[in-house]
Amino acid sequence: MKILVCVSQAPDTTSRIAFTEGGKVFESSGVQYIVNPYDEWYALVRGIELKESLGGSVTTVTVGSAACDPVIRKALAIGADDAVRLDVDPTDAMQVASLIAGYATDKGFDLILCGKETIDHNGSIVPAMVAEMMDWPFIALASKLEVNGRVASVQRESAGGTESVEVSLPLVLSAAKGMAEQRIPNMRGIMSARSKPLLVESGQAEPATEVQEFTLPPPKGACKIIPAEQAEELIRLLREEAKVI
Amino acid sequence: MSVLAIVSLKNGQPTKGGLEAASYAAAYAKSLGTDAVALISGSIDGDGGLGATGVQRVLVHAGGITDSSQWAKLGAAAGLEIGADATVISHDHFGRAVGPRMAVRIGAGMVSGVTALPKSGLVRKNVFSGKAMADVAVKQAKAVYSVTPNAFGIASDGGVATTESFDAEVGAVREQVVSFHAASEDGQVPLPEADLVVSAGRGLKGPENWGIVEDLAQALGATTACSRPVSDIGWRPHHEHVGQTGITIRPNLYIAAGISGAIQHLAGVNQSKVIVVINTDPEAPFFKAADYGIVGDAFEVLPRLTAAVRALNS
Repeated sequence: MKILVCVSQAPDTTSRIAFTEGGKVFESSGVQYIVNPYDEWYALVRGIELKESLGGSVTTVTVGSAACDPVIRKALAIGADDAVRLDVDPTDAMQVASLIAGYATDKGFDLILCGKETIDHNGSIVPAMVAEMMDWPFIALASKLEVNGRVASVQRESAGGTESVEVSLPLVLSAAKGMAEQRIPNMRGIMSARSKPLLVESGQAEPATEVQEFTLPPPKGACKIIPAEQAEELIRLLREEAKVI
Repeated sequence: MSVLAIVSLKNGQPTKGGLEAASYAAAYAKSLGTDAVALISGSIDGDGGLGATGVQRVLVHAGGITDSSQWAKLGAAAGLEIGADATVISHDHFGRAVGPRMAVRIGAGMVSGVTALPKSGLVRKNVFSGKAMADVAVKQAKAVYSVTPNAFGIASDGGVATTESFDAEVGAVREQVVSFHAASEDGQVPLPEADLVVSAGRGLKGPENWGIVEDLAQALGATTACSRPVSDIGWRPHHEHVGQTGITIRPNLYIAAGISGAIQHLAGVNQSKVIVVINTDPEAPFFKAADYGIVGDAFEVLPRLTAAVRALNS
């Protein structure tokens, strides 16, 4: 089983969100970057589990500058075998997908696993674009993946429950909660990650969209505190003031 | 020039996300002075309520397809047929699969999870898990938009749409749906679609105490949810977990009892229109994100709220 896992970096969840240059650029100074949680917890760990049970290899692919190398080393420490970084600072999903599909084509991968979205742009676009560019089947929001020969059994979140889908390999999927449990890298993993191959390739692709401006939501008004002994008053306010019930 | 809405069906009805996509497409078409056309695959009664959302025509593909690659081919053919420059789809598992595939197929720029109509060439979406918004320009002649659930609403003041059959070459099936398991047997609205949500965390002290949460949810017609620790230790099922690594929701009302409001939890719920927090700790960070708060014991407060809702309803 030859598995490619798409790994993106993302600002740590607790980061202060601010923008510079008239709202055009995310203020990254002082921001701690992490492996995008959906890529790490769900896609990468499930890829490693499948390799452990079926044999094969796990390669990670990241589109970004050398600033991404620490999160790529983290993915290697968790258990990926090798990594590729496509050396473009991306601004759009079409651009990222073109670069990943360009890299993955004719490499003999059986599975391309992605997190369901990144926690910065919340796009959820790249995985299906890669599938279309490669003309492979695709499942979004997969919560379970088993592989039996050339057929994958996948569960996905669907309105009101889960759907079971059978798909032929090769396959692209985006992983959501349930797919795997977070793995903390051990000391041996961290040490071995330093010597695992991290290949850097150049590339070129055009974005199809462009963020013109980021804005912060208006500050939240003060919380209206209702005394516990008048809890019933809350229900009146929800109906008459907030008009939500 | 027209606007295409791609609408998935469930049990012979458009999904809620599909109706939202149709409503968005119709409103956008109206702002451009053109028509909106919906595309479905399968069979519906009449126009399936799509006319009410404001679309003028429904293209009906008889195949009942679910495969994302087939849908992208069908959507691209329909867009070509009606001369669509913009395509609108839901931002659920269906739209996240079909939308990007179609964008690649027709060479469109895609903006996902939009929350408002495009205006002056820009469309707004939430980024950084609701902590910021981005105004995005599409650099191609064609655009694909997926609509954030519960952000735009379903219009009901349209008329009746005409239906006409539509066919296209869609290729082979590679993704075969084999079964569906309902998440809950009690008829609750699924969490991503719920308008009202009652959620609880470790402050409830144990799974045996969830009756008071379920009672309030039932009285309100709300869906139950929980925090990550509660689903991790198995007090509640995983599909109820809202937060950064679980489900992101955007209900009209989110009531959180016994949840401190860690930033990872807020990332999944901070786009709710109204947030109510009930916590014994007045310093709980969740109060800073709340519209209404009660500093008190959930075991006393929740039953009083339930009684108040029942009194209001009777």
